[in-house]
Amino acid sequence: MIALRSGWRRGLILLRQSFSNGPELFSHLLWPLLMVGAAVALRGRDFGAFSLGALAVPSILGMNAAFGMVSLSQQLTADREDGTLLRARATPHGLPAYLIGTLLLVGGGLLADLAVFLVPAALLVPGLVTGGAGTWLTVVGLLALAMVATLPLGVVLGSAFGTARAQSLLTLPILGLVGISGIFYPLAALPGWLQAIGQVFPFYWLGLGMRAALLPDAAVAVELGDSWRHAETVGVLAVWAVAGLLVAPVVLRRMARRESGSLVAARRDRALRRVG
Amino acid sequence: MTVIDVDGIRMRYGPVEVLHDVTFRVGAGETVAVLGPNGAGKTTTIEILEGFRRPSAGRLTVLGTDPARGDDAWRARVGIVLQSWRDHGRWRVGELLDHLAGYYPRPWPAVPLLAAVGLTGQADQQVRTLSGGQRRRLDVAIGVVGRPDVLFLDEPTAGFDPVARREFHDLVAGLDTTVLLTTHDLEEAERLADRIVILDRGRVVADGTPAALAHEIVGADEVRWRLGGRRFQESTPDSTGFVRELFAAHGSAIAELEVHRASLEQTYLTLVRHAETEVAA
Repeated sequence: MIALRSGWRRGLILLRQSFSNGPELFSHLLWPLLMVGAAVALRGRDFGAFSLGALAVPSILGMNAAFGMVSLSQQLTADREDGTLLRARATPHGLPAYLIGTLLLVGGGLLADLAVFLVPAALLVPGLVTGGAGTWLTVVGLLALAMVATLPLGVVLGSAFGTARAQSLLTLPILGLVGISGIFYPLAALPGWLQAIGQVFPFYWLGLGMRAALLPDAAVAVELGDSWRHAETVGVLAVWAVAGLLVAPVVLRRMARRESGSLVAARRDRALRRVG
Repeated sequence: MTVIDVDGIRMRYGPVEVLHDVTFRVGAGETVAVLGPNGAGKTTTIEILEGFRRPSAGRLTVLGTDPARGDDAWRARVGIVLQSWRDHGRWRVGELLDHLAGYYPRPWPAVPLLAAVGLTGQADQQVRTLSGGQRRRLDVAIGVVGRPDVLFLDEPTAGFDPVARREFHDLVAGLDTTVLLTTHDLEEAERLADRIVILDRGRVVADGTPAALAHEIVGADEVRWRLGGRRFQESTPDSTGFVRELFAAHGSAIAELEVHRASLEQTYLTLVRHAETEVAA
């Protein structure tokens, strides 16, 4: 009870801080709007009978939904480094409240970024199906599934790659996975072995699900097997969700258990030496 | 009532044993300083008591519970003054205290707590804009916000200037709870602590009040005086009695009387030197 209430309050305070400081507000607006620009620029180019721009909007949406994983993982690393996590550990109900607060911060920030992207993109890029209530229900449901499937993975990555340097190394393979996940170019156009790798990870399925929701039915011709594969989409994402939810609490607890004042002090000394 | 009971704890990191058989107790309401040179095992000891590390061997309880198994109800009774660095930098001081108070069953409300640590004027300031001394006072406020039954402070004044150190001592002296702090500053231990546990190379080498330790180990005060143009010097365990007899015998002929009480500093140096020769032998 205390953990839920405190975690909720913590999340709201963190979100307010995140949206009321200049640099962060700027990045909340910058990246989504850059991607709107990219989608608008692609709308004249065609892939088969469809405009690449219209294909890109739902794909980018799916990719960004999965990127919550990366921001969560970076947030955890930063909080471990600066002692936030240790303070949570020293407080009764601190760890669950910390986790809830951080999930709210990352999830809320993510939804805002997606809205900043989707609203202008839906208005500016022709060829999207945006009229029906069913479309939006699917989008919202898929976003919820996206978060359940990817945020626990963010906890795992944040616990496993504990330093800021390790985190920056992590972005490379993730960008590679995005490249082979049919986000910017249809998967059907890639060699078979890359298609196979791409279909293991959630990026591809989130993009596929979003395309199923936001593109006209005829666009299915671009997909593998000429099918939206709804059942597989839900199935693969659910497997990632269950795996993540099983592993994340274990690794988070293990990581928190190792934290102590002297570790945080040692990191501070290292950081201050780097600066000085 | 015993609040902290440490019985024969050992700590080993790989082949290196940093604590050998550390044993001491702290009663309710006591302020105890764990004193020792760098590397003596002070931080390891306090982190074991805080429940952040598990000893390799030995038994211990804090408030009747093994810290490694402490649940949320136990945590709520234990205050820890962490040395903040840049965590919660964007939170406002009052907002952070108010938020953290919500985790405890009977917290100290933020407004009087801020007044108690002298941060009323900074309540609306962001944590990252505080000076080092203000920040450490906020750390203390966070440590006591849940009205803990025991409070841990690890090297609380490291890096303080003398004014900040003095303010901090007054603040800690005014707390109404059991306190265990580590320090390598003798003067700090003497000023704050009812009792001092001296740790050296992972062993407790002394445990007692500052005065008792000084007498037990150095043993004697030093009395110096002048009589008829000559200087005299005498070591005695009972300096007051000795001086009384001196005056009884010589009256106003005594000049330039000095009494140097056995000091904690001498005690400490004697102890650490003893320990070094033991290790060498």
